[in-house]
Amino acid sequence: MNKPLLEIKNLKKYFPIKKGLFNKTAHYLKAVDNVSFTINKGETLGLVGESGCGKTTCGRTIIKLYEPTDGQIIYDGVDIAKFSDKQMLEYRKKMQMIFQDPYASLDPRMTVGDIIGEAIDVHKLMGPKEREERIQYLLNRVGLNSEHASRYPHEFSGGQRQRIGIARALAVQPEFIICDEPISALDVSIQAQVVNMLEDLQSDLGLTYLFIAHDLSMVKHISNRVGVMYLGKLVELADSNELYTKPLHPYTQALLSAIPIPDPDESAKKKRIVLEGEIPSPIDPPPGCRFKNRCRYAKPICSEQEPVFKDMGGGHFVACHLY
Amino acid sequence: MERLLEIKNLRTSFFTHVGEVQAVRGVSFHLDKGEAIGIVGESGSGKSITMMSVMRLLADNGKIVEGEILFEGRDLAKLPENEMQKVRGNEIGMIFQDPMTSLNPVLTVGDQLMEPLIKHKKMSKEEAFNRAVHMLELVGIPSPKSRMSQYPHEFSGGMRQRVMIAMALACEPKLLIADEPTTALDVTIQAQILELMKDLKQKINTSIILITHDLGVVADLCSRINVMYGGLIAETGTTRDIFYNPKHPYTWGLLNSVPNPKNLVKERLKPIDGQPPDLLKPPAGCPFAPRCQYAMRICMTQRPPLFEIGEGHKAACWLNHKDAPKVEAPIRRGDL
Ligand SMILES: Nc1ncnc2c1ncn2[C@@H]1O[C@H](COP(=O)(O)OP(=O)(O)OP(=O)(O)O)[C@@H](O)[C@H]1O
Ligand SMILES: Nc1ncnc2c1ncn2[C@@H]1O[C@H](COP(=O)(O)OP(=O)(O)O)[C@@H](O)[C@H]1O
Ligand code: SF4
Ligand code: SF4
Ligand SMILES: [Mg+2]
Ligand SMILES: [Mg+2]
Repeated sequence: MNKPLLEIKNLKKYFPIKKGLFNKTAHYLKAVDNVSFTINKGETLGLVGESGCGKTTCGRTIIKLYEPTDGQIIYDGVDIAKFSDKQMLEYRKKMQMIFQDPYASLDPRMTVGDIIGEAIDVHKLMGPKEREERIQYLLNRVGLNSEHASRYPHEFSGGQRQRIGIARALAVQPEFIICDEPISALDVSIQAQVVNMLEDLQSDLGLTYLFIAHDLSMVKHISNRVGVMYLGKLVELADSNELYTKPLHPYTQALLSAIPIPDPDESAKKKRIVLEGEIPSPIDPPPGCRFKNRCRYAKPICSEQEPVFKDMGGGHFVACHLY
Repeated sequence: MERLLEIKNLRTSFFTHVGEVQAVRGVSFHLDKGEAIGIVGESGSGKSITMMSVMRLLADNGKIVEGEILFEGRDLAKLPENEMQKVRGNEIGMIFQDPMTSLNPVLTVGDQLMEPLIKHKKMSKEEAFNRAVHMLELVGIPSPKSRMSQYPHEFSGGMRQRVMIAMALACEPKLLIADEPTTALDVTIQAQILELMKDLKQKINTSIILITHDLGVVADLCSRINVMYGGLIAETGTTRDIFYNPKHPYTWGLLNSVPNPKNLVKERLKPIDGQPPDLLKPPAGCPFAPRCQYAMRICMTQRPPLFEIGEGHKAACWLNHKDAPKVEAPIRRGDL
């Protein structure tokens, strides 16, 4: 369990912002800026943060759907950050992604069977009969029926479509799956079904997950460790119980206090830290700590120096000048 | 407390080429002045259509088939459209799930805020401008004056939702209907919006109906809750009744399907297995029966009435009949 499957070191993804007559790159949108963490084999690492903070970009860069601007992506001991498409082919099988929007991520003109089988065909993994059997197996595995293979995505509910997305990710027997907000678009009762299924698949198939979400109670439920992102930066990372009981970063504290509690008495007792102001633009972000304009503990040094991401003991990392 | 809204036996259907979709099948509830109530239930349970019926904003193939919607004594179900236009956006404000679909992308935020004030409140342009700026300020938009001339796409998701709230509240409606106002938002922005709604309830005594499937959000804001299932009210009561003394297996399922963030030992989630009923052919008996582990023979054939549990607390489940077997609610709440 404690052997790293994936080590991310100083990962950066900058998007150029083109401006002016000559389409010159005047600015960069720093979507992921110097992020480091590891994911152990068989573990679920949660990634949370406000919309636009870089979670999806981080995930997509790790599996090289985006070319990283800088940094290392060490998968099972091999740095794949600069791998060519050809070199990546082998890794594309091992690393899969379940996408945020179950409505937009499935091709409406393809049957469910072909959606699931597509990756098998790309990697030329098996013959037609075996392929058919694999699709049937996967459909059953995610709680759908064999006859669903000939239907189209629009005939399914949100929860069912997310299951199709999961079956597609499983088709090539991956080791590592990035789940990008797989349940955010679903109803609470369906969310629980999908989460239970992801947990079962993990223990049966020995999968490793990066689980991206903004619903903190669900992330805590499913993750062994949780990382908190803010404006392209990882600001805190800890064991999930530790993070929820002893959050160190002022932003994490605010995030946790904002979770609505499904219990009226507890909710009435709870002290909320309501964050003022908006998240600043990730285009040429200000120097120093990126949270300073919303932080109630901000001091002069926070505007001058960027806080280092450091281990406070027991693998509890935080980037803040308070520590 | 004075009654503001009373819905009596509302039935709303959509007439489609495959038949009549009975979206709302006999719903009754009330709302007092200054009160905030919640409507919870899964997708397709009829929450939005109930409130769209109140606003009379149903699609062309939709129709209120039966029932009364008494708003300060007037029956909105029978009000002519031109009268209804004076109610909408003036006496009743509504916030929709997706702010982008209800804001006009080609009009400035200021123009959109001022329009109903000039139309309904007969304000001068200057009065309307000042009032609109004041509303933006009230919902916490920084430098509101300069924001007036901007377009919706220049606002972030959270700010657009605030603009929607400002629009819905500009005419000081007696009732604010909020349909999943925070579902698309981040937790931090959600917390801001909820604080704002609480604040407005106190400052201008607006009554609120909040539609959501997030139990955390209703627990925070509402004093009473209607749980809907299959186009019907499954259970109704105070927020405390619903959370601490629920009497309907669907409510139990709903409460158990969310993780408790205070739990340090990992527990498996308990989803409600199965599918909601097809409202083209709604079942004769209890709509929850096919998914209910307590279902009895009577549940298949006879729709359960709303059994009185306590004052204002009712549950549509045969388990509450005096002769029914006694069942302990399988709720994990006690160990909180
Ligand atoms: N224009 C329409 N034509 C036919 N059926 C409709 C139409 N609009 C809604 N319905 C049906 O009415 C029922 C109730 O829909 P409603 O939108 O009220 O659900 P809801 O509880 O608000 O769900 P959600 O959480 O998804 O918003 C559903 O079965 C839905 O499919
Ligand atoms: N292809 C792209 N080109 C330019 N900017 C992008 C692109 N993809 C994402 N971004 C920007 O990167 C930032 C992080 O985006 P994303 O990772 O999608 O956020 P999240 O998933 O946390 O909501 C945002 O500011 C977003 O607008
Ligand atoms: S570094 Fe300074 S501004 Fe940033 S979170 Fe810590 S105290 Fe706040
Ligand atoms: S009436 Fe019967 S089927 Fe319906 S919820 Fe009660 S026990 Fe279950
Ligand atoms: Mg995203
Ligand atoms: Mg709805």
